[in-house]
Amino acid sequence: MLTIDWGHAGPTMLAGFLASLVEFIEALTVVLAVGATRGWKGALGGAGLAMLVLIAIVLILGPTLVRIPLDLVQLGVGTLLLLFGLRWLRKAILRAAGIIALHDEEKLFAEEVATLSSLARVTQGWDRVAVATSFKITMVEGIEVVFIIVAMGAAGGGLLIPASVGAIAALLVVIALGLALHKPVSTIPENTLKFTVGVLLSAFGTFWIGEGLGLAWPGEDWSLLILGAGYLAASILSVSLCRTKAEAAS
Amino acid sequence: MNGLKTILSELFGLFVDDAGFALAILAWVAVTALAVPRLGLHGSLPALIFFVGLLAILMESALRRAKK
Repeated sequence: MLTIDWGHAGPTMLAGFLASLVEFIEALTVVLAVGATRGWKGALGGAGLAMLVLIAIVLILGPTLVRIPLDLVQLGVGTLLLLFGLRWLRKAILRAAGIIALHDEEKLFAEEVATLSSLARVTQGWDRVAVATSFKITMVEGIEVVFIIVAMGAAGGGLLIPASVGAIAALLVVIALGLALHKPVSTIPENTLKFTVGVLLSAFGTFWIGEGLGLAWPGEDWSLLILGAGYLAASILSVSLCRTKAEAAS
Repeated sequence: MNGLKTILSELFGLFVDDAGFALAILAWVAVTALAVPRLGLHGSLPALIFFVGLLAILMESALRRAKK
């Protein structure tokens, strides 16, 4: 029977929720574009099919990883989580500093609508373009969610349930927003969310690698807070330094 | 096939955006795993060295990109 470490369950649920929120919002933009231009049957059919595949991956991978010795999982999954988290954090720093462009959901929506409208329409049966486009975007964005859920669930030693609850909550929020707005969710501060998720995932990845290597963290589990604060401080400082460097270079 | 290729490339892209950055992180994890125990450091110092190294890698990589 899995035991849940509630000291880690809260931050895990939060990281799962925020990371999934970002990914589902990106998927929603394309699914809405497919629905608006090619019809809702194909849009929802493709997204639903992808969701079933993603749920199957979580159900297969999650319990399998739990059977591997925890220190090995923590080192392996922690390293992947660190690569993933620091990549997000670096990108969020560069976006916040104005070095790379912010993600624009409305622009992406307009581009998708233009592309999908230019393709031949199907009047009977399933629209393959709609199903394939919707399936692909849900898989591409969802696979990131699956990785986060499985990684956090396995490396934390029985945290699959809180991580999954966070992801499901995010999915419900995005579905509700999609139903209410019928347009891309562009008012959510996406880069701030990515910044937060990057800090959380990097802190977890660092902590678990340390645990896997047998390093002694000061304050044990509480060191997660110190790691998060450290990453946050370094990132805020980096944003400021990057702005200065970019201004000097231009 | 094209869809599978996209998904696999997206999967790789989850972890590697800037190759130098990803390699530096992996190298630092390997150095920590192999070298730090041999230095005879005790207590929380190896963990702190590991963390500070990661912060330095993150900041250096972001600043290097900003200079381009």
